[in-house]
Amino acid sequence: MTRTIVVTSGKGGVGKTTTTANLGMALAKRGRRTVVIDADFGLRNLDLLLGLENRIVYTAVEVLAQECRLEQALVRDKRQSNLCLLPAAQNRLKEAVSADQMRQLVSLLAEDFEYILIDSPAGIEGGFQNAVAAAREALIVTTPEIAAVRDADRVVGLLEANSVKKIQLVVNRVRPAMVAANNMMSVKDVQEILAIPVVGVIPDDEKVIVSTNRGEPLVLADPLPLAGLAFENIARRLEGEDVPFLPLEAPREGFLDRLQKILFAKVI
Amino acid sequence: MIHELLERLFPRPQPSGSREEVKQRLKVVIAHDRADLPPEMVAAMRQEILAVVSRYVEIDPEGMEFVLDSNQRATALVANLPIRRVRGEMTKDD
Repeated sequence: MTRTIVVTSGKGGVGKTTTTANLGMALAKRGRRTVVIDADFGLRNLDLLLGLENRIVYTAVEVLAQECRLEQALVRDKRQSNLCLLPAAQNRLKEAVSADQMRQLVSLLAEDFEYILIDSPAGIEGGFQNAVAAAREALIVTTPEIAAVRDADRVVGLLEANSVKKIQLVVNRVRPAMVAANNMMSVKDVQEILAIPVVGVIPDDEKVIVSTNRGEPLVLADPLPLAGLAFENIARRLEGEDVPFLPLEAPREGFLDRLQKILFAKVI
Repeated sequence: MIHELLERLFPRPQPSGSREEVKQRLKVVIAHDRADLPPEMVAAMRQEILAVVSRYVEIDPEGMEFVLDSNQRATALVANLPIRRVRGEMTKDD
């Protein structure tokens, strides 16, 4: 039975595509035949985060127009052959596909893959509706910030009205030191407000930017950084494993750290 | 200047950071989003409810509370209307 999961958020820039890329790679590493679909037509990015941008020949649009076969559009990852990308067209608008066409693509892919992850565009308009149309489950990505949580709540409401029944939360860019100083909402705070189960907690990590620069998802890094481990844990939880959440504790800032910070802050 | 420097070198834990504030603001805004009631409608509701209640009791306008609250994906209209005194006899409008 294929699981079709949409990764969405409402607000842009909270980490949907990063989550899709890392989760797709983590599932593939576990031996699951996984395809990630970029549903952000006109503003595709998933190919970049996976480092597959130079290997795209055809996209979902050509498949739907029957200008190529599905297998021709799929880009198979060379590092992890269980992972494929179905790219979005970059030169067409978001209206390039319809909800029915999205369902058609997903049912074709379901014959060959165990996991279908759909990277949704930001917003709640047409592009989002299409991305959601074919999904049975959803991962809501948010950060512990007011605008992101509000938008996430809107999206949960829309998904509940749709046919998506299983909705789970990924809280991204958590900064434990700020939570400890009572200057950021904790994962529990966010979870209480949104009232959906948490499936992942990703600490804020500069290595995410480095991995994006290189087109190598964090879960491929060796040694695995904390954020990479957090993504792997989401994959394990999706597979039904009971994995405890990572202890995200702020390293205690000593007197010398603070002194150093003040001295150097003045210089820069 | 010195005071500020000392404060930064020996920070005290802030019991009242911005965390509680953001939670409160989010709860209110999300309750309105979920209820999807236009503000004019909330205002009209408030006026009508007040009019009805005021026919029977005198309300303290200072301590009055009339908000949408949300909890576990359910939205509730919470009206707290402190009573100053009960009106002596029933006044009939109609």
